[in-house]
Amino acid sequence: MKPGSIAIVGAAETTRLGSIPDMSNIQLHADSALNALRDCGLTPKDIDGVACAGESPVNMAHYLGITPTWVDGTAVGGCSFMIHVRHAAAAISAGLCKTVLITHGEAGKSRIGINRPPQPPSTLIGQFELPYGTFGPPTMFTIPVLRYMKERGLTHEQLAMVAVIQREWAARNPRAAFRDPITVDDVLNSRMIAYPFRLLQCCLVTDGGGALILTSADRAQDFPTRPVYILGTGESVETPMISQMEDFTSSRAFRVAGPAAFKAAGIAHKDVDHLMIYDAFAHLPIYGLEDLGFVGRGEAAQFIWERNTSPGGKLPMNTNGGGLSYTHTGMYGMFALQESVRQMRGTAPAQVAGAKISVCHGVGGMFAASGTIIFSNQRP
Amino acid sequence: MADPKRPRPMPTPETKHFWDGTRAGELRLQRCDACAKVYFPPRPFCPACASQSVSVFKASGRGRLFSYVINHRPAPGFTGEYAIAVVELDEGPRMMSNITGCPQTPEALVLDMPLEVTFETMDDEISLPLFRPVQG
Ligand SMILES: [Zn+2]
Repeated sequence: MKPGSIAIVGAAETTRLGSIPDMSNIQLHADSALNALRDCGLTPKDIDGVACAGESPVNMAHYLGITPTWVDGTAVGGCSFMIHVRHAAAAISAGLCKTVLITHGEAGKSRIGINRPPQPPSTLIGQFELPYGTFGPPTMFTIPVLRYMKERGLTHEQLAMVAVIQREWAARNPRAAFRDPITVDDVLNSRMIAYPFRLLQCCLVTDGGGALILTSADRAQDFPTRPVYILGTGESVETPMISQMEDFTSSRAFRVAGPAAFKAAGIAHKDVDHLMIYDAFAHLPIYGLEDLGFVGRGEAAQFIWERNTSPGGKLPMNTNGGGLSYTHTGMYGMFALQESVRQMRGTAPAQVAGAKISVCHGVGGMFAASGTIIFSNQRP
Repeated sequence: MADPKRPRPMPTPETKHFWDGTRAGELRLQRCDACAKVYFPPRPFCPACASQSVSVFKASGRGRLFSYVINHRPAPGFTGEYAIAVVELDEGPRMMSNITGCPQTPEALVLDMPLEVTFETMDDEISLPLFRPVQG
């Protein structure tokens, strides 16, 4: 795919976010899909490519009345949507389809219409992790951090600061779930969930969704929205078992996906005006900043502490408030993508003035998968 | 009412030797006959070189505390706060486990402390490998 040859022309979230007890999982997908179609003046009949996670593309194509020539059901957790964007761009470039709809919807809080079977006891996770009392992401995603703290000198205060600064961004966003300012002390005095992680260092659990519509950049001028061009993309996976992660201080999937996107885009880190790094827990922006090469090994926490990623900083990051303060349905990656698109359109609540390039980096599972998309509002 | 038990592993043909081992009081790993890589979790080929010539052997059962969290929320089969740990075995591979025989606190659970395997019987088929601090 040539940088800038594919564009996002439609983007929207569900009308509501947070607690939506009157909608099922599939309807949250549909609500965001209909909003994205309306955003760019299309109908389901105009869509010939469907990608989604959490529902199968069969479910979504049927529910929305679409007859696709291309589908992608990649479901590797919260970064599935970054990977859908990558696959869709390749498919459009290859002529497999012309206009792709990517949907996310998840009744993460209300749990209506979710069909996610439990992990069978015969899988590797079922045999070698579940018996030791792993109980949801807070007890798994967090396991590598004590090792990182010992090897890189990360402090509890620095880990708390990630949440403090993201709350500063959330305060600027009327749709954010949590907007009241917090301090490092507030974070360190919040309820312990899984040492060393406290409540305010863990993501929200909400209902919501989001959808994107992609087409070729040559067609993008025909739409009412400002095109957001895709400059470069990357993806990878590592392991479904957190205990088998190669390096507890760094994600191999991040180190593959991130550089691939930069190489494809042909940009340098200094060119980046805006950054999203999926923050299911407070350590993820630290790993992401280092693995994507924005800072050196062990430097990310101090970089955040010195307010480089905060409002007014040189690298604005997670400007919607992130999974820690904005929203987190379960597979948050779609919301990171939505914020990158808003920033490139110039319509974000906490708009970064003059931003031209946005990097959006996602994680799936517990460091299991990764996808990176680099956007621009300028066609190269 | 009895406490609900912790989740029970269900062996597969590829992992049977491991669970046979723990039932016999042995921690069994696999080593590649071609490249000498020692690996975990079990599979009948080498993840480093794909050789299907691999051997099962009895590991030392020794390792060190590599990382952990202490879960403060209730979970089936556990009472109170408990550490979910990753142990790095002397032979190289890492595995998840629980740490017994010491308080479940950051003060008692010091990274890199030496550990040794111990086995907790769940039923006639399954014994779980847990780890405890090496004495003295
Ligand atoms: Zn080998």
